[in-house]
Amino acid sequence: MRYMLLIYVNEAAMAAAPTDKTYEISAAYGAYTEALKKSGAWLAGDRLKPTQAATSVRMANGKTNVLDGPYADTKEQLAGFYMIEAEDADAAIAWAARCPAASAGTVELRPIWEQTM
Amino acid sequence: MENGLEIARAAAEVAARQSYGRLVAWLAARTRDVAGAEDALADAFAAALERWPRTGVPKKPEAWLLAVARRRRVDAVRRRLTSEAGREHLKLIAEEAEAHMTDEDLPDERLRLMFACAHPAIESSVRSPLILQTVLGFDAATIASAFLVSPATMGQRLVRAKTRIREAGIPFRVPERAELGERLDAVLEAIYAAFAEGWSDPAGTETQRRNLATEGIWLGRLVASQMPEEPEALGLLSLMLFAEARRAARRSAEGDFVPLAEQDCLLWDRALINEAEALLSHAAAMGVIGRYQLEAAVQSAHVARRLTGRTDWVAIRELYDALLSIAGSPVVAINRAVAIAEAKGAVAGLAALYVLGDDKRLDDYQPYWAARAGLLARLGQVPQAIEAYDRAIGLERDPAVRRFLQGKRAVLRN
Repeated sequence: MRYMLLIYVNEAAMAAAPTDKTYEISAAYGAYTEALKKSGAWLAGDRLKPTQAATSVRMANGKTNVLDGPYADTKEQLAGFYMIEAEDADAAIAWAARCPAASAGTVELRPIWEQTM
Repeated sequence: MENGLEIARAAAEVAARQSYGRLVAWLAARTRDVAGAEDALADAFAAALERWPRTGVPKKPEAWLLAVARRRRVDAVRRRLTSEAGREHLKLIAEEAEAHMTDEDLPDERLRLMFACAHPAIESSVRSPLILQTVLGFDAATIASAFLVSPATMGQRLVRAKTRIREAGIPFRVPERAELGERLDAVLEAIYAAFAEGWSDPAGTETQRRNLATEGIWLGRLVASQMPEEPEALGLLSLMLFAEARRAARRSAEGDFVPLAEQDCLLWDRALINEAEALLSHAAAMGVIGRYQLEAAVQSAHVARRLTGRTDWVAIRELYDALLSIAGSPVVAINRAVAIAEAKGAVAGLAALYVLGDDKRLDDYQPYWAARAGLLARLGQVPQAIEAYDRAIGLERDPAVRRFLQGKRAVLRN
């Protein structure tokens, strides 16, 4: 099954982290990505730019509303994602637990809604 | 002051779980309906968990629980929550239990309940969670989090297992001599699984997990006290106590991971080590060797460092040889390779590790990659070592261990 791992972390805390800490974190993500790839679980994944760069778009009454900022103001912000292939929910949870974000923020796990014939 | 309150709360909780487990075991052993027994006592147990930390543990805790269960029956009958089976149990309580309560304690049937939960007809992965729920009263969400499964899934598995105990007619008894060995193994394995889940969170940052290690030891004590003639029951308890004794030394004051070889022996709990040693020699005197006694003996050899100042890797390697022959697994093989490396050098250790090379299970097994990285680094094979460290780092879920591995890798760069 395909699963989406949505990574939520506190953006402000991340930005305030000292350089060596930042280096340690990105190295941990690099190793995690490699482990996913070598195990054949990796399908896709990327880091997102901070919510400052976010734009929200909505159509109402035939009018397009373009707003600065993310869809919702939350304590932790969506910062990246992985899409993985996993045997079942248990295997996906095991991968989510290894994601560096699991110990710094939250990893939300969502199965992909597969189109069936 | 805050600490005193915490201790009182913990003591009350232990007492509540003790009495609850005894009552569930006693009821379920009579009707084979574990879910019904839990259902009948759920309200009373919740009340005890809420009340006892404030008021203290009542003199007869089981009688208190039963009285509350009976009193709540009147309201509960109208509530959907209490099933038909639950009501049956309450009737049983009213008629039978009080006779036992007046002058003597309720007979302890928790060992029988554990044998039912770890029966071969119950799927092996749910045995440990089932024991934690029925004997100790943990809810599905708590257990699920410790075993890295979603609460809904864990809930379903537990319900299915309980239905199976009833439908398949799984007995609540301690097996006869002839089949005891294998069946006891299953019980011990389930207890060890609970302990190991708790052990994987050494800093105790997540309280639920730390408690699981404590509960594992508690269950181990229960089995050892009821089966003092079983060397493996004593061996498992010894093993868990050895590990627990080192808890305080596993992290530095800054929360960094400290490997066994670098731990400060003065931080090890001497009382626990002494108890573990006594249990192990008592078990060994019975003359039947087994997996848990051997693993406890490995622990004993490690902590001997506090007396001798060095680690006897040759002895440890021999113990792993013996373990490999009676209970071979990738985990044992990796530990054996590490011992070989310490006794005979990194080349020999790496050779022992490479023998395992094509086992698929090792692909995402962190300890294999960490061991491999360490040995390659020692041999100066830097690029391969870095690759193996990356793999180990990517597979680790404990942030302190991850930092430790990253540190090892960074040193190689320079």
